[in-house]
Amino acid sequence: MSGLKRLVPGGWLSVYAVLYVAFLYVPVLFLPVFSVNTAATPKFPLSGFTWKWYEGLPHTPELLNAAWNSLVVGLSASVLSTVFGILAARAITRYRFPGRRPINGLIMAPLVLPEIIVAISMLLVILQLGLSLSLFTVVLGHVLVCIPYSMTVLTSGFEGFDRSLEEASADLGESAFGTFRRVTLPMVTPAIISSLLVSFTISLDEFIIAFFLTGTEATLPIYIWGQLRFAAKLPGVLALGTLLLVASFVLLSIAEVLRRRAARRTQSEGGLYA
Amino acid sequence: MTAAAEGSAPLAASRPGRKPLLQSESAQGLALITPTFLYALVLLVLPILVVIAHSFWTQHYLTIDRTFTLENYRIALTEPIYRDLLWRSLYISLVTSVATVVLAYPNAYYISFHGGHRKGLWLFLITIPFWTSYLLRVMSWKVILGYNGVLNSGLMGLGIIDEPITALLYNSNSVIITLVHAWAAFAILPIFVSLEKVDRTLIEAAKDLGDGPLRSFLRVTLPLSAPGVISALLIVMIPTVGDYVTPKLVGGKDGVMIANAIQAQFGKASNWPLGAALSVTTMIVVTAMAGAAVLIIRRAARLAR
Amino acid sequence: MPEHSVRPMGEIRPMIEIRNVTRSYGAFKALDEANLSINEGEFFSLLGPSGCGKTTLLRMIAGFDNPTTGSIAVDDQPMAGIPANRRPTNMVFQSYAIFPHLNVEQNVGYGLKRLKLEAGEERRRVEEALAQVSLTGLGKRGATELSGGQRQRVALARALVMRPKVLLLDEPLSALDKKLREQMQVELRRLQQAVGITFVLVTHDQYEALAMSDRIAVMFGGRIAQVASPKEIYQRPVNRQVADFLGGMNFVRGEIIEENGASLTLDTLGFGRVSTEKPTAFVRNGGAATLGIRPERLRVLWDDETSQFQVTGTVVERHYFGEITHLVVEIPGLEKPLSVTETNDFGADDIPVGSAVRLAYDPEALVAMAD
Repeated sequence: MSGLKRLVPGGWLSVYAVLYVAFLYVPVLFLPVFSVNTAATPKFPLSGFTWKWYEGLPHTPELLNAAWNSLVVGLSASVLSTVFGILAARAITRYRFPGRRPINGLIMAPLVLPEIIVAISMLLVILQLGLSLSLFTVVLGHVLVCIPYSMTVLTSGFEGFDRSLEEASADLGESAFGTFRRVTLPMVTPAIISSLLVSFTISLDEFIIAFFLTGTEATLPIYIWGQLRFAAKLPGVLALGTLLLVASFVLLSIAEVLRRRAARRTQSEGGLYA
Repeated sequence: MTAAAEGSAPLAASRPGRKPLLQSESAQGLALITPTFLYALVLLVLPILVVIAHSFWTQHYLTIDRTFTLENYRIALTEPIYRDLLWRSLYISLVTSVATVVLAYPNAYYISFHGGHRKGLWLFLITIPFWTSYLLRVMSWKVILGYNGVLNSGLMGLGIIDEPITALLYNSNSVIITLVHAWAAFAILPIFVSLEKVDRTLIEAAKDLGDGPLRSFLRVTLPLSAPGVISALLIVMIPTVGDYVTPKLVGGKDGVMIANAIQAQFGKASNWPLGAALSVTTMIVVTAMAGAAVLIIRRAARLAR
Repeated sequence: MPEHSVRPMGEIRPMIEIRNVTRSYGAFKALDEANLSINEGEFFSLLGPSGCGKTTLLRMIAGFDNPTTGSIAVDDQPMAGIPANRRPTNMVFQSYAIFPHLNVEQNVGYGLKRLKLEAGEERRRVEEALAQVSLTGLGKRGATELSGGQRQRVALARALVMRPKVLLLDEPLSALDKKLREQMQVELRRLQQAVGITFVLVTHDQYEALAMSDRIAVMFGGRIAQVASPKEIYQRPVNRQVADFLGGMNFVRGEIIEENGASLTLDTLGFGRVSTEKPTAFVRNGGAATLGIRPERLRVLWDDETSQFQVTGTVVERHYFGEITHLVVEIPGLEKPLSVTETNDFGADDIPVGSAVRLAYDPEALVAMAD
């Protein structure tokens, strides 16, 4: 009887959901649109198509420098945060120990703290210790904010990892190391790669911490920040932003596919759940 | 199918032989998590303690006077400029978090109840923009809301307005719009998770007992999803109060927030203790506001029954 | 299920010796002073409800858990200090634990890899194990493309290929549907007789244990209540708990009139004076005892049939189950009515509720249990 009535809320809601997603995407999509527009200021109507803003990018030494710095920082931060994440995620998903929840809470805390608080407190300590600000201090900060994301990805990959798989390996004569190499590692590899990609993306896009903790060397977001002061440089920044956007999207799509594969592997395991 | 729950005991299984310390499960778990825990301790907890300590000290040019004083807090709380910035930051983060949650709820509800087998795709779609650079997202709002920006030029091009609307950029509203957009995914996910946990038969039971769709939503679904609403609210409210990029790029003079003042103390003004006191004050006040919000929601959820 | 005759064996030799094994978790004892001897080539079942300690015991034999006190020996070798990967036992896990990233062949050959066999030998043994569980030709199939029954077979082949002295099976059939479960019971039993390896099966399903085992240990609350052949366990349970767990049983309370070496005489309210064989394990506890009789050992007497041993009562309920009918019969003097299972060959399904019936019983079928 209420077939129609039932459809209506879902119907209105679905219109709302589509509009909401449009609200999320449209602002971001203006970046690529104006990055290929001939006009130097982003406004309608569009004046014509061009690649010239992109062509200018490789001829900017500071930009290439910043890109290289971002790459170094991103790789270091993603490897370190993934290593820390693996240890912690394994401990959280497999063991029961006192203080498990508060420790987990502390490790995840950077996720809900204002980044400026994280940045200035680290800055204060670093300056107090007389250390100089450099890309290294940026890496330290990025690892701290990347660990919660690594943890989230890795716990979802480790969770539901049927413990009897490792027992089965031991039962069939394999040593602890052999079990890790032949069973544990192959099963969690997708989650680990996914964690590397996610933390790399976070580090690549992170601004505040890098802004406070770097010395003279700029990362890409800091370079962009510097360029924003000059209206004439805007189209180049839009082009660079578009490239970053595409990079983030590609890396994260791969990460998502891998994360799902890992979750499927570990979680759909066993006749009990099949 | 659910045979043999006694399998839970083997969680405590331990290998025989060497290293008696590592034998116990607790010790193994603690040993594994220690490096990460220490990292967070040394690079997060310790620095925050140092900030708190600084907030009670004084700076003379380049030297720090470590005599205990509350002077920084007096300045932070009474100087009109900081007081105003603090109030504005709280106002912006409150409006932003409430608006984000209110706008996100129907969408989370739609995905959870009508998403079907496309739930995963919807969530992925919603999280993607959030993963892109925060700086770039703020920048795109600057492009949209600017005097010669997309919105103004578009509206003028369509003949709806004759001259650019100046109210769009460089005030609190533009900061709020940008923040609501930037934090959307953070609000949708927790609400979605809590809606997923709502047992669908409870809603059917409410309808079976005579509640219409709206009443069963207000009396069952909404109260049961309160934990998700609370975490969404907190997860948006606390970080946004300290936002730096958004006010700097789209806030203009009327949209400056406390983080900009904090940054100034660590930069140009070079008064670390005052910057520290401003940070600590902000955290305490936003925590109090978040606590109050949690209490209000819990009370409301209880009344709804 | 066909009943299995005792295997022809020259000499009974213990394969697993469990001596005074206790496993405590803090104050809770998952296993309390267990003593058990499992023979070479035997199909042995550990039967009991969840939490009775059967899985704990199995995992201690495998080496995934260790006794708090007591000792376990396999093939005369004390197992203390020997990790799971160096024990002559292999296990079929309840979840099967099929490695999802390996195909069937790689799963089955997993343990052989470490033995560094010649390539041909390894292949041959994998093929042989697959043939034993009727999976020939599925070697290249991915682990995630298998049905529940196939997963179970892979788990079995993976353990058997190691040629263990003892094969441990942790509820291996609980994830299968009823029909497949019954088919696998027959196959498992057949396989065990073909390979001659000692099998230790953990199960909470009494029919499974009865159908497959040479001997069964029934466990409750961390203790072993009875160890005997399926027939003995079913027909002569040592107490009401065991009797109940293995299926329906009627209990009749009686006063002990006479007790000597081999027999007991009791006065009961419903059945009058009864003499019965005294179970060897029977230890008198006060002046009263309980007599148990299975519902199928009570028979309805028709028309002019009579029996030396009979009781008269009124049918109060009748439940139809296809080939059998279940009657509930109230007997004057008995506090609880008797359950009677009667085949439908003679029209038990037509006996009206409320009518009087006479029930015959065989005094041999009455088993005395201490209170």
